[in-house]
Amino acid sequence: MKSLIVQTTIRALLPLVLLFSIFLLVRGHNDPGGGFVGGLAASAAITLYAFTFGVEQTRSLLHVRPFILAATGLAIATLSGVFAVPVGLPFLTGLWTPENTPVVGAIGTPLLFDAGVYCAVLGVVLTIVFELMEE
Amino acid sequence: MLILLPILVPLLTAIVLVGCWTRPSVQRIIALGSSCVQLAVAALLLHQTSTGRIVTIAIGAWPPPFGIVLVADILSALMITVTGVVSVAVMVYSMSGIDANREAHGYYPLLSTLLTGVNGAFLTADIFNLYVWFELLLISSFVLTALGGGKGQLEGAVKYVTLNLIASVVFLTATGVLYGIAGTLSMGDLAARIPAIQHREILGMVAVLYLVAFGIKAAMFPLYMWLPASYHTLPAPVGALFSGLLTKVGVYAFYRMFTLVFPAMDFGMTTLILVISGFTMLVGVLGAAVQYEFRRLLSFHIVSQIGYLLFALGVGTPLALAGGIFYTIHNIIAKANLYLIAGVAARLGGSYDIRKLGGLFSAAPWLGILFLVPALSLAGVPPLSGFWAKLAVIRAGLEREHYLLGAVALITSLLTLFSMSKVWSEVFWKQRDSNPETDADPAQRPIAYQVAPIALLAAITLTLGLFAEPLFALVSDAARQLLDPSAYVDAVLRRAP
Repeated sequence: MKSLIVQTTIRALLPLVLLFSIFLLVRGHNDPGGGFVGGLAASAAITLYAFTFGVEQTRSLLHVRPFILAATGLAIATLSGVFAVPVGLPFLTGLWTPENTPVVGAIGTPLLFDAGVYCAVLGVVLTIVFELMEE
Repeated sequence: MLILLPILVPLLTAIVLVGCWTRPSVQRIIALGSSCVQLAVAALLLHQTSTGRIVTIAIGAWPPPFGIVLVADILSALMITVTGVVSVAVMVYSMSGIDANREAHGYYPLLSTLLTGVNGAFLTADIFNLYVWFELLLISSFVLTALGGGKGQLEGAVKYVTLNLIASVVFLTATGVLYGIAGTLSMGDLAARIPAIQHREILGMVAVLYLVAFGIKAAMFPLYMWLPASYHTLPAPVGALFSGLLTKVGVYAFYRMFTLVFPAMDFGMTTLILVISGFTMLVGVLGAAVQYEFRRLLSFHIVSQIGYLLFALGVGTPLALAGGIFYTIHNIIAKANLYLIAGVAARLGGSYDIRKLGGLFSAAPWLGILFLVPALSLAGVPPLSGFWAKLAVIRAGLEREHYLLGAVALITSLLTLFSMSKVWSEVFWKQRDSNPETDADPAQRPIAYQVAPIALLAAITLTLGLFAEPLFALVSDAARQLLDPSAYVDAVLRRAP
């Protein structure tokens, strides 16, 4: 789409929406939000970018291939559950830092899990979108 | 922790395999290694549960009934072990039995996610979680079906996924309604609560919905059409894995749900299941009689065999259920093996059409011998494993005076034998008119990789037939656990977080 208005808007929107997706991700533990919807928001932003500037440019913006991103996300989510095992707790038990971190609050393996989901959703959606756009 | 490994190992394998996407030769080794680890873990788990002990883990330390509990009793452990055996066989076969195009497009990662789903479905004690595993294996199997993308293959894949998605919707609906009236999704908790629930008619409806959902997945009459419409497009190793495992996951769900949550007798389902089982046996084998495509013929036999498993469930005595579980194990091994043999026959003879094949017995007598073991076992010829399985199921049926169904089961065996002898005479015995147009591809990898798993599975079929006693003792224990679910319920509910 070679519209100057759209291109300028996307340039401004992309960082904003990505930031919002991170906000959704971090907010997710106690309020509506989380890795899944955060990943969807991020992929919406990048999809818009791809519509405007083409798949090639978007791929170079991302540096990694989307399905590698998906696999990495899956790996992070799985590994976040493994942390509990050496402590003698069942798989996927949430482990938390003893002290609250300023702004964010308590940090624990659920955040890692959510971050993994975020990457996995982003990777899968982008894989599908890119494949369809290149058909 | 051990009980988690059958799910974690293939999941991590899938992730690692995606990491080495461009190196199929590395993927083959990793996938095979992972399958061997799964088999070892499953064998350990079977060893632990064989004494009657029920192994559980509450995921994330959430106490039941709120969290998801994984449970392994004898039935689950047996199913996981058979899955391990079949997956090892398929991985070895894939060393030379799958084309480079599929390998380059994620064949091994998809097999791994499929196995994750299968193992998860066998282990979970939470109905919604069961749904999730079903979806995981449905999506993986759908992509595996469509992979390689010929026209016929896509057509098969679309039919496959459409009907299976309908099953998923029905499954989900039933689960939603069940949660609405019972307020829990943990199978153990449900089993404890359902007797006290007043709305029997709604529960009956939910039970029928589950019957439909699992019925589509297990390919029972009259919901089996997707199976012969899609399985004949699959390459041999994928077909072996699907035909061995996927419908049996549906059967497992039948056995679990209709003994634990909806004991079939309490909901008037026995007659329904029995009638359906008779039709499934007969229609499947009659469908196979007119087929000349090797894989299509086999896929009709899958349907027919499902009938026996439902017959056993419908009869519902300890002997019947033990026979049914024994039958499931025998059938997974034999059916997977027949698909692998079809693949080798097609490689040697250049076609899956048994009319075009021929003379294979003089070209490869060993293949003929290896074919006879699972084929005769499927038909129920003593002393192979299928004979004991059929003996137990039919005898249990006759004890309960289901004479008509017993007769149907015997006729079906006879027709199966007819069908297998048709394959034998067409593929191995008759003179071949034309020379085989085998593409002597120099890049083709050694056939030994394809023969070894066939020999292994045939050896297992023989062993199960000749030394049926230990396994039969084990499946009898499994059947007792199914019929008296109190130990299972206690294991699910009383676990300290």
